[in-house]
Amino acid sequence: MRLNISEQNEIVRIEVQEERMDAHNSGDLKEQMLQLFDEGKCNLLIDLSEVRFVDSSGLGALVSGFKNASAREGSLKLCCLQPQVRSMFELTRLHRVFEIFPSSEEALESF
Amino acid sequence: MSEQIDVDITVPNQTKYLGMIGKIGESLAHTLGHYQGDREELAYHLNLVLTEALANAICHANAGDPTKEVRVSISASDEDLIIRVFDQGHGFDIQQLAKLKVKETDESGRGIPIIFKLMDQVKYLREGSVNILEMTKHLH
Repeated sequence: MRLNISEQNEIVRIEVQEERMDAHNSGDLKEQMLQLFDEGKCNLLIDLSEVRFVDSSGLGALVSGFKNASAREGSLKLCCLQPQVRSMFELTRLHRVFEIFPSSEEALESF
Repeated sequence: MSEQIDVDITVPNQTKYLGMIGKIGESLAHTLGHYQGDREELAYHLNLVLTEALANAICHANAGDPTKEVRVSISASDEDLIIRVFDQGHGFDIQQLAKLKVKETDESGRGIPIIFKLMDQVKYLREGSVNILEMTKHLH
C-alpha cells in the first residue's frame, strides 16, 4: 500500500495513496501504524482523500489503529472522506466511533 | 425487451484479484438497462458485496491456500441479480456469523453482516465438494 507519512507538531499524518483499502492491502496500513506506536507516536491523522472504496478489512485496520492510539492516550482521527467511503462508516455505525473531519486543516487543529 | 447478463470467472485464491472482481460489479451496475434506482450506490454495493464474499472465500473458506481457486458467477435479469461465490473449504454456519453482534471496537466480523444488509437473500449451500455463497438482490 502506498502511504505518504509526514509529521507536524507531534501529529503523524498518513495519506493513503490508494483507490481501494481492502483485504489485499489494509494489513500494510495496520503494520505501519503499529510501527509508529512502537516509536512512541500515538497521535495519528489518516487522510483518506484518495480512497474511493473501503471494505470491512480496511475499516478493521482503522479500528485497530484507533484502539492502539487510545490505549496509549493518543488519538486517531480521520479526514477527507469521499461520500461513498463516508457511507461505509454509517453502514457499520463506525461514524460514531471515529472523529471525522472534512479537511486535514480542521483535523490537525483539533488535536 | 428483457435483458440477461451472465458473467462467470475463476481466479486464483489470492486477494490481489479483489479489486478486479469488484470492478466487474461496478461495471455491471452501469450496464443494467432497466434499473431505476441509484446506480452509483448500486455500483458501490456490488463492488463491496463481491469484495467481501471473495475475501471471505479466499482468506477463510479456502484458508489463504494459493493453490486453490475461487469461482464467481453473476447472473442479472430484469428482476434479480444473483451472485454466487464458490469455495473449496469445509464450509461455515453463515446464519451464525450473520447473527454475531459486532462490537464497535471489533477489528473483524463485519464482512458477512454487510452482505446481509445489502442483499435481499443470502444462502450458503454445499454442492458436492464445493460450497456456494449465493446472494440475491431484487432490482425492482
